[in-house]
Amino acid sequence: MGNGILRHIGHFIILVVIQVMILNNIRFGGYINPYVYVLFVLLLPVDIPGWLLLLSSFGMGLTIDLFSDTQGMHAAATVLLAFARPGVIRMISGRSDFDPGTVPMVSEMGARWVLLYTMLLVLLHHTLLFFLEIFRFSEFFLTLGRIGLSTGITTIIVFLGFLLLDKPEKRGR
Amino acid sequence: MRNLFRFIIRYYFFFLFLLLETVAILFVVQHQHYQRARFASSANFVAGNFHRMSSSITDYFSLRRVNRQLSEENARLLEFTTESFLKTDRQVFTYRDTLYSRRFRYINAEVISNSVSRRDNYMTLNKGSKHGIKPDMGVITFNGVVGIVANVSENFSSVISFLHKDMQISARLQKNDHIGTLLWEGNDYRKATLTYIPTHVELIPGDTLVTSGFSVIFPPGIFIGTISEVEIRLGDNYFTAEVDLATDFNSLKFVQVVQDLMNEELQQLEVQTQAGGR
Repeated sequence: MGNGILRHIGHFIILVVIQVMILNNIRFGGYINPYVYVLFVLLLPVDIPGWLLLLSSFGMGLTIDLFSDTQGMHAAATVLLAFARPGVIRMISGRSDFDPGTVPMVSEMGARWVLLYTMLLVLLHHTLLFFLEIFRFSEFFLTLGRIGLSTGITTIIVFLGFLLLDKPEKRGR
Repeated sequence: MRNLFRFIIRYYFFFLFLLLETVAILFVVQHQHYQRARFASSANFVAGNFHRMSSSITDYFSLRRVNRQLSEENARLLEFTTESFLKTDRQVFTYRDTLYSRRFRYINAEVISNSVSRRDNYMTLNKGSKHGIKPDMGVITFNGVVGIVANVSENFSSVISFLHKDMQISARLQKNDHIGTLLWEGNDYRKATLTYIPTHVELIPGDTLVTSGFSVIFPPGIFIGTISEVEIRLGDNYFTAEVDLATDFNSLKFVQVVQDLMNEELQQLEVQTQAGGR
């Protein structure tokens, strides 16, 4: 368990560095911005206590806010993602009893499950984030387009992250 | 009372969510109130130093381009030195001529963090209050406008880019001096929109747009861009034109911060007039 906590802290640091130093500086076709740091929240164990899930997501969002001049927007979107996570997990797996310590990974849940899980939660996160960013509805369709495109790109990168971090030997435990 | 506590503990996940979400939204709303993001956080110590560190690495990749730009700019400035003018009249003594008193000074600064992909974009400069930069100063490059300083710390300042939904610049058509408002609609960082030019004015693609100098932020006559498309939107009685911006926001490296030495005098006068004083 102690090892697991260290691994999640490692994810946190690496994802913040990747997001702030690389992805915030890349512009795909003008206005598509992938926010891959949500992978940190998606990777937390299924049976994590609710308060820890919410607080660590809030911390992640605030850290990204600090480095990209967006006051509270990422915090708000990430907390919403964390709040919806248990519900989404129950909904797409059709059950709520998991072995203690189960992590949402391709080797444990299957590729289709992970893809659907990522897409739904990233869509929710990006929707709140992009509407908070413009803070008005006058550019509604442009914003919808940005949400759609960015959700697609983020989902692909996050899914690649899932495949990269997967540990097949863990299945035997 | 006991039941209330039990209720809250039972649904603590929801209440904690509500609390954190409220805190985050409050942050957002509070900063929306300040028209100019008074707390743009990259001016603070940790983030400022972090951006400087990463900029010191990425600087090397643009050295070639920056060198070329600097030498072009040098050549242009050389044309204005006294050595490049032939003195024909030996009778006039021009040293510290009181006919010309200096109004604008320019502080050179380097962009250490920048974005163009969001709806509201900000950038950070490597100079701050120590170097004489104050909030509300204009930021330009040698061809084009860049933004307005929002917030300064000792060593850094954060700038609201022109690519921001609250930014409007008063622009003037160079050929006939008509004034319009320039703003960014959020699509392409190379294009802006010019509005409020009356329809009787002759406006065609290729016209040159410069700053009006009506605000104390930008000096008059700074090149902004050229008109590329003109239309009258349904129901409007003024032109809406698309403008190709001269500034390439995606490759900004060195910028000049405008210091208006007569800012205080001008503002004092305007406040006095608007307050009804004679």
